[in-house]
Amino acid sequence: MTDPLLSGVGITKSYGPTSALRGVDIEIAEGELVAVTGPSGCGKSTLLHCLAGIVRADEGTVTYRDQDIGLWSEAARSRLRRDDFGVLFQFGQMVPELTAAENVALPLLLAGSGRQEARKTAIGWLDRFGVADLADQRPVAMSGGQQQRCAVARAMVTEPRVVFADEPTGALDRLAGEQVLTELVRAVREQGTAVVLVTHDASISAYADREITLLDGVVDPSGLGVAP
Amino acid sequence: MSTAHVLLGLLAGGPRHGYDLKRAHDERLPKAKPIAYGQVYATLGRLERDGFVAPSGQDQESGPERTSYELTDSGRRRLDDWLAEVETPAPYVTSTVFNKVVVALMTADADRARGYLAAQRTAHMTRLRELTAAKTAPGASVGDVVAADYAIGHLDADLRWLQTTMTRVAELQKEVTS
Ligand SMILES: Nc1ncnc2c1ncn2[C@@H]1O[C@H](COP(=O)(O)OP(=O)(O)OP(=O)(O)O)[C@@H](O)[C@H]1O
Ligand SMILES: [Mg+2]
Repeated sequence: MTDPLLSGVGITKSYGPTSALRGVDIEIAEGELVAVTGPSGCGKSTLLHCLAGIVRADEGTVTYRDQDIGLWSEAARSRLRRDDFGVLFQFGQMVPELTAAENVALPLLLAGSGRQEARKTAIGWLDRFGVADLADQRPVAMSGGQQQRCAVARAMVTEPRVVFADEPTGALDRLAGEQVLTELVRAVREQGTAVVLVTHDASISAYADREITLLDGVVDPSGLGVAP
Repeated sequence: MSTAHVLLGLLAGGPRHGYDLKRAHDERLPKAKPIAYGQVYATLGRLERDGFVAPSGQDQESGPERTSYELTDSGRRRLDDWLAEVETPAPYVTSTVFNKVVVALMTADADRARGYLAAQRTAHMTRLRELTAAKTAPGASVGDVVAADYAIGHLDADLRWLQTTMTRVAELQKEVTS
């Protein structure tokens, strides 16, 4: 077996007296789609934040391409997030003052691309997700589903190695959610991007290649995610 | 068919008459579908022919409804195999799945029921993943998507049921074994 692209070993994280994760192991291979499921409060989002280097685990290690990113400086982790990772949350979290194209171009500009080129690439991705006609609209003028498509375009625009998606369709109706996920899955398969997909919904988890289920901060091997 | 296995499960606790079996069946299993006497006797006949049950005695007043039956060793093995098998994930399997949970609680314990529910969930998830992959595959036709959606919707409902039932196993056990 080749080394996983991204892995966590013994990840433990507490917020004051609350222990959110108590020793979680997870491996994600290059291009693999892994769902993280389980009931509300079981630690899914915390695990995603630890793996994405957004928060530092109290104990355990997160390894990305054979490097222990817990040992990196905040600046180095923030470069990693910018260059190699894409993130996608339940509510698109678009910058309200910017148009769709500007929002999607933002990660490219931060990485040092020129304006013209960034805009062109951004519009290409908006087109890929069926919203190129909204390129010059601000988020306030878009529906939730349209904003989420822009957010997917923004997560993919740098052609990241890993996309971290936390309930990406949680705010959409079933059909809109399915369309967004289908397009995301097709795009990541084409690009060979790995995905960590957080969801509490089995029909969404089914878009992934496999799933791990958390229960109360640990992996539940039964997959049911309910206390006996 | 799960009715035969439910009867085997009811006999696991000791010999019973056909009349008794009908009563116990209707009490423990979906109230909407009471079993007819005729079906009980026909099923017992087939189970006897296959060597899974054997007559174990008769009351004073004779007649077929007064013959009691017991589980044979081969019947006990058949029952055990059935409880260990996951059902083919297909729409509408829930009533067989439900029967299996109740019989597991009657003849074994809560852990057996939970183990079965977990195995069934894995089988359902595997099928759901296959259908979802077929639907998201580049070039899937609208017909493929619509057909997959039908099965996905039903499997998803089963999965939600499997999960909520898991939380109720302990309570259900109290009721089933009371
Ligand atoms: N920033 C924080 N401060 C304090 N407690 C937190 C914080 N983030 C998470 N927690 C706690 O950690 C536990 C796990 O939270 P987490 O957000 O990871 O759960 P989740 O599985 O994502 O839940 P949900 O499905 O509701 O989003 C919860 O008990 C939560 O209250
Ligand atoms: Mg969460």
